Amino acid sequence: MRRYARTLGPAAAMMLAMTAAACGGGSGSSSESSSSDSTSSPSAEGGSGGDADLLVWTDSLKIDAVTEVAEAFGESNGIEVEVQAISEDLQGSFVTADAAGNGPDVVVGAHDWMGNLVQNGAIEPLNLTPDELSGYSEKAVQATTYDGKLYGVPYGIEALALYRNTEIVPDEPASMDEAIQAGQAAVEAGEVDSALNLPVGELGDAYHMEPILTSFGGYIFRYDESTGYDAQDVGIGKEGSVKAAQEISRLAKAKVLRTSISGDNSIALFTSGKAAFLVSGPWALSDVKKAGFEYAIQPVPGFDGQQAAEPFMGAQAFMVAANGKNKDIAQEFVNNGVNSEEAMMTLFEGTQLPPAMTAVQEQVDDPDLTVFTEAANAAAPMPAIPAMASVWEPLGKAYSAIVSGKDPVATIRSAGDTINKNIADAG
Amino acid sequence: MADLRDTIDSQKDPGADGGSRFGFTRPGREGIPALLVKVLFLGIVIGTAIALTPALVGERSWVFLTGIWVITAVLVATYATGRALPAKYLVPGTLMLALFVVYPIVLTAQTSFTNYGDGTRNDKQTTVDRIVGSSVVRSDDSPQYNLTIATDGDPASGPFTYFLVPQDDPETVYEGTEEGLEEDPEGVTLDNGRVSAIEGYTILNIRQVSDASDALDEIAVPTDSGSFIVRDGTSEAFEGAPTLVYDEDAETITDTRTDTVYTARQQGDREFFVDDEGERLSDQSWTANVGWRNYERIFTDSRISSSFFGIFVWTVVFATASVIGTFLLGLFFAIALNDPRVRGQKIYRALLILPYAIPGFISLLLWSSFYNQDFGLINQLTGLDVNWFGGATTAKIAVLLTNLWMGFPYMFLVSTGALQAIPGELKEAATIDGAGGIAGFRRITLPLLLVTVAPLLVATFAFNFNNFGAIFLLTGGGPFTPDNPTAGGTDILISYTYRLAFGAGGVQIGFAAAVSVVLFVVTGLIAALQFRATRSLEDVN
Repeated sequence: MRRYARTLGPAAAMMLAMTAAACGGGSGSSSESSSSDSTSSPSAEGGSGGDADLLVWTDSLKIDAVTEVAEAFGESNGIEVEVQAISEDLQGSFVTADAAGNGPDVVVGAHDWMGNLVQNGAIEPLNLTPDELSGYSEKAVQATTYDGKLYGVPYGIEALALYRNTEIVPDEPASMDEAIQAGQAAVEAGEVDSALNLPVGELGDAYHMEPILTSFGGYIFRYDESTGYDAQDVGIGKEGSVKAAQEISRLAKAKVLRTSISGDNSIALFTSGKAAFLVSGPWALSDVKKAGFEYAIQPVPGFDGQQAAEPFMGAQAFMVAANGKNKDIAQEFVNNGVNSEEAMMTLFEGTQLPPAMTAVQEQVDDPDLTVFTEAANAAAPMPAIPAMASVWEPLGKAYSAIVSGKDPVATIRSAGDTINKNIADAG
Repeated sequence: MADLRDTIDSQKDPGADGGSRFGFTRPGREGIPALLVKVLFLGIVIGTAIALTPALVGERSWVFLTGIWVITAVLVATYATGRALPAKYLVPGTLMLALFVVYPIVLTAQTSFTNYGDGTRNDKQTTVDRIVGSSVVRSDDSPQYNLTIATDGDPASGPFTYFLVPQDDPETVYEGTEEGLEEDPEGVTLDNGRVSAIEGYTILNIRQVSDASDALDEIAVPTDSGSFIVRDGTSEAFEGAPTLVYDEDAETITDTRTDTVYTARQQGDREFFVDDEGERLSDQSWTANVGWRNYERIFTDSRISSSFFGIFVWTVVFATASVIGTFLLGLFFAIALNDPRVRGQKIYRALLILPYAIPGFISLLLWSSFYNQDFGLINQLTGLDVNWFGGATTAKIAVLLTNLWMGFPYMFLVSTGALQAIPGELKEAATIDGAGGIAGFRRITLPLLLVTVAPLLVATFAFNFNNFGAIFLLTGGGPFTPDNPTAGGTDILISYTYRLAFGAGGVQIGFAAAVSVVLFVVTGLIAALQFRATRSLEDVN
């Protein structure tokens, strides 16, 4: 019986989540009645938040910095704040909890969740003035704007860059080809095992492959300044992506790209001195600093004679929950508690993410972080539209198949067909 | 042996003194401690029910409220009275079965007839409220105001008045009510571009504003330009107006800027508000019943049905091979270590149970890295250059090997236990009759062993049939072929279902529930057949 119980575990957990959702849905069927209840007995609906006037959810890496900002806001307004870290699937937990009415008032997360959160009616638009918005880097505002409305106050931006072990390759390469040549020379000399650590993995990694795709003129969704990403115009399977696929296949045959290098081991292999180059983001910086060798960071360069590489840019943002119990306080916190130079400085110091606010960017004198800030400002925001969920898996797996030796042209075309079909199926 | 039988007999007879040890007999015949335990237990049950009631009434969850009180009534009726003795033993198990097994199955079946998932989590009314509520747009020339909310009545119920100071003109004050804006109200004290006191009014603090937010939402302060004062947090405001209007009778949403009318229309398995050309107003949809549609999709979607059979066969092979492999290996070790001639039995046994003691997800992730072609332990130790997870066959071998390592300690444990339960006299008698060694094992030991172990083998089969973790953490279902990124070489039905439901295109809980119901039926049928087959083993006894 115990063995049965173990198999039923996940199903039961899912059911419980849905029970909660169903129960919340029932009470929300007449939205007026449920909201008047919450004023008469604010603690009655009491989920995990208890009696706090403001409940914030974030992940365990950022909780210290977020707590500091939230407590400063709480103190100056004389209210109780509570910050909780959700370590596993913050986005999914938030959507479920918010629908059930047990969610937080503010959630701190990545901008590319917005499409899904808006689709589920889980977050509210913000109304920062054009003046206030001009204080943030343009790409950060672009990333946190969805369907023409601002849904989050950005505090950190991130994008991929190229790390180099300068003890193995002293000179900065001007292009990806130069980097790969230098890396391969080091492999032949027996100094390293890998020329370039670009995570592929058995299941593929479309995020880290984006610089190669864009350098050859490929794209995932066509971007338009006024309407954002267009889910109907998928670039996978079209000319640029085919050229990128051919290059990926060539690099795989030259043993530069390998499925044995994945997101799990690429940073560790680089920091243990087994690779000449690493493509990674600011999250690898602290490990690389501790590695004990000289390194340099530069934006990911393009290939010879091709366009500049454009990795994905991600923004971390504060968002206001649509079903929070203290929506006014949440708006106030995001508008005035987070949206200030002081709070942004605290968040930068606590998270070590390149800041989104230009005034804070100017104060950072860490050259490594400045490279990441530049890389993020030059990158393209990761699409936040729900259709992106239909892209990651097929595209990543197509890259992995090409690296494993499958025909690049047929594989990338077939991936394009699958993505288009997925998007059509998703409704 | 005789002692044991006596104990069992005395438990069978509730009239004997055995019953009072459990404290569940007629009142007046039990000891003080038992009575205290009973009072405490029932007190906790009733107390919990009472404590939950106000919250559930507040949430209007009548079904849950009824359920909780029915359970309480059943528990009190069973344990507070002296009647219905069998029920005292049966009720806890039955309640658990209903709550944790039957209820989830019923809910899953219910959900499988809906389109519940990402984009359809709310009902239609909530969705409309969200779409219209999010359409407020700041007027182009609107200043940002510093807002002070005050009342000349009660801070909880109002009436409320807005006092506004434009941030770019900190000397001007407006008083905002439902009649509109009025410049320079009397008796106002300004402090740092914000109204800090008004004669005859109480200023609401941030907590009071938050508590009164529903009443405040009802107040529309119109401005001269035809828009309204919109609160922005608790301390600021701006002029703006919603650009979308919902017409309840026609069930349409109109964009007031372009006069485009959006009507609800079916697209895929859900409805959206779309204009005449089919262009969506928003990606938000709502929960609806879809009948048998999810089940139809399982059997008619070509991508699903084409891979289904192959994955089903591999699932059966995987579960069977895992059971047989782990059982044979476990049994081998159990027999080897059961021989009294082996020295250091305890140390060997402890070592063999180690894989079972490590949490499964940790060892699975470790094994996953062992199989890495260039940096993995296995290739480095053996000098091979196998791309384990790169080909379907090698990946399947890797999965089976790892699952063998994960599963054999359990089989070793149960086999050891079962072997030791076989009376020595039987073996002795067999040896005297000339059935020593292999013949003795095959004719005496194994049949007796299987009587105890066979039901566990069936349970292990069912467990491995749905062994999501072993596949998901090891290979992620891979390797995948480029033409079908949804069905991998090592996918079993449950990992495949997971990808269908949560992989591409967002979370589709309704569809996943339908697949789960189908899987439930399939697993149930297989288990029923196997139990019927194992019944023949009992004849040995």
